[in-house]
Amino acid sequence: MSGDARMVGDAPVIAAEDVDLSAPLGPLTLPNPLSTASGCAGYGRELARFVPLDQLGTVTTKTIMPYPRSGEAAPRMAETPSGMLNAIGLQGSGIEAFVRQELPWLAERGARVLVSIAGERLEEFTETAERLNGQPGVVGIEVNISGPNVADRGLVFACNPATSYDVVRAVRAVADPQLPVYAKLTPDVTSITEIAAACVHAGADGLSMINTALGLAIDLDTLRPALAAGAGGLSGPALRPIAVRCVYQVHAAMLAGRIPQVPILGMGGIRNGRDALEFTLAGAAGVAVGTALFQDPAAPLRILAELRELLAARGLAKYTDAVGLAHRADSQRTS
Amino acid sequence: MANPLQLRAEVLANRSEGAYHRLVLRAPGVPERVRPGHFATLAVGGESSALLLRRAFSIHRADPVEGTVELVLAAHGAGTRELVASPVGAELDLIAPLGTPFPLPDGPVSALLVGDGYGSAPLFALGAELLRRGGQVGFILGAATADRLYGVDQARALTPDVLVLTEDGSLGLTGRVTDPLAQAVEAIDATVVHAGGPMPTLAGVSAIAAELGIRVHTSVEAEMACGVGICMSCVLPVVGEDGRSRFVRSCTDGPVFDGARVRWADLGTVPADLEGAAAMGVHG
Ligand SMILES: Cc1cc2nc3c(=O)[nH]c(=O)nc-3n(C[C@H](O)[C@H](O)[C@H](O)COP(=O)(O)OP(=O)(O)OC[C@H]3O[C@@H](n4cnc5c(N)ncnc54)[C@H](O)[C@@H]3O)c2cc1C
Ligand SMILES: Cc1cc2nc3c(=O)[nH]c(=O)nc-3n(C[C@H](O)[C@H](O)[C@H](O)COP(=O)(O)O)c2cc1C
Ligand code: FES
Repeated sequence: MSGDARMVGDAPVIAAEDVDLSAPLGPLTLPNPLSTASGCAGYGRELARFVPLDQLGTVTTKTIMPYPRSGEAAPRMAETPSGMLNAIGLQGSGIEAFVRQELPWLAERGARVLVSIAGERLEEFTETAERLNGQPGVVGIEVNISGPNVADRGLVFACNPATSYDVVRAVRAVADPQLPVYAKLTPDVTSITEIAAACVHAGADGLSMINTALGLAIDLDTLRPALAAGAGGLSGPALRPIAVRCVYQVHAAMLAGRIPQVPILGMGGIRNGRDALEFTLAGAAGVAVGTALFQDPAAPLRILAELRELLAARGLAKYTDAVGLAHRADSQRTS
Repeated sequence: MANPLQLRAEVLANRSEGAYHRLVLRAPGVPERVRPGHFATLAVGGESSALLLRRAFSIHRADPVEGTVELVLAAHGAGTRELVASPVGAELDLIAPLGTPFPLPDGPVSALLVGDGYGSAPLFALGAELLRRGGQVGFILGAATADRLYGVDQARALTPDVLVLTEDGSLGLTGRVTDPLAQAVEAIDATVVHAGGPMPTLAGVSAIAAELGIRVHTSVEAEMACGVGICMSCVLPVVGEDGRSRFVRSCTDGPVFDGARVRWADLGTVPADLEGAAAMGVHG
């Protein structure tokens, strides 16, 4: 605690600027725990007009596949109460274009890039992951296993512990050992701790939680689903309690020794420092901001400042001191 | 891509004009960046609003001397209903200017400006700029009903060549803006058309311009979640310089597109020849 620390009642209060926000990401110590959520910051260029990218802990890219992909037809989004549905369909130009055109630009700006990758088959994940080895700016790989596995009747990889295990293991095997591999989980499963365990046992260095939850809205003018694709992913504050529950459950399983302990990157409806702290107390060692960027592209630095204040007001001198605090003397059954 | 500012903009005036509301906002630093065709977004409610997504509006006027921008708002759903009710003195979270504006010619041209409903909002500043460059302009303004026409007086202040149409015949000629388009192009010897309005109108205007063999620039209104290029929700199928079609973002590559390059008939679909369509299981 710094020299000008005061005591208010029994709670020590420290100055916000003295709070140490540094957070771990694999072998790296990030200056702060704040990331962008995949698919909500593009590849960074447009966001850089509002936030200096090097001031974020990491920039998570939109999910990248090995080849170009058009994505779904429009309309691709619908606003819902305190949230939105999207069915973008992983539009992108593929890993080659990313490595050639986007990554050097990000690296030049000092961005620490967490690259989100996906595939429809195992080899598509490994091909994409391998291409990232030795590339400047890349600090980690986030494996988006929330898409469908074409080889297995289109079932979503992350809905099955065995396929989740296979993908993470294969990516871990080909990725640079220096690069942490995070697995991104979907909430649309019966037991998220089971999937989390499979990913960690497969060698995941961390878990990103959570992806959007499947939802659907109907347009009363056309009398048809509002999205061209029919169903879409629900994001935003409406998703937050589900996301916090997922993080809490998985962190509890780690504390109980049922899953080896790895860092969780928490996300789902974070729009202010309070929400970021809530995820942290539930067990997240880092937080990512997605949909809130659409409302306020400058949100990340505001959220960091608010988080600093809230930690200080609770006498927490280090961000890492807050991770999982809600589990103290835990007696509730959550799984 | 414009370099936008995000700021708290004070509402200096909120006047109803026909079916619309014209908002005058104090936005220091913004007007000097604005070109005709740029748009702005406003957040709805405060930080804890349940309406998360910003609403997009064409910039109607920008005045660098006063430090103001003006938007023309139609009350449509919950978000715009809340925004049109903004009292003078309220502060709105504004991001502007956004998007790619109308292309401007180096020298004088004769241009026909076509506005359907509030789609005409960005055309008057464009008209003034084209006149300043020594060109001439004509307007076709249309709407379903008289109260949904926007800017007839502003058009008349710029040029005597103004055609007004309503679908119900309550003002001007009866019909749609596309009806007199070919004749109007001929009458003022236009070499280019600039249009704003709903997608079907823009598709119709583009088809006629193609028949006449003249250029057409359309300001499209695709649903946007972010307005700044980070979400990919606002895409349209557009033919690129290389002849290949791609889904491009209307918030950064648009909202103004060369009408001949937009694949109007394929809106709402993934055309089989689009780059990356095969990966979606769409094959020709
Ligand atoms: C580039 C651009 C310029 C525009 N210029 C103007 C203008 O000058 N004046 C004006 O009144 N309106 C304009 N619009 C349309 C305006 O953005 C919508 O009417 C408004 O977003 C509707 O919000 P809502 O809350 O009333 O409707 P809701 O239906 O509740 O909105 C739900 C969601 O759908 C989106 N949405 C709904 N209708 C439209 C639409 N027609 N176009 C785009 N997104 C839509 C909203 O932004 C929101 O995210 C423009 C739209 C775009 C994209
Ligand atoms: C428009 C949009 C696109 C997204 N694209 C991706 C993606 O490409 N890959 C991915 O792993 N998650 C994607 N997501 C999910 C987000 O990364 C995040 O997990 C989810 O939205 C919850 O966080 P939020 O409520 O803060 O947005 C997307 C979300 C949105 C809203
Ligand atoms: S509205 Fe988000 S990319 Fe265009």
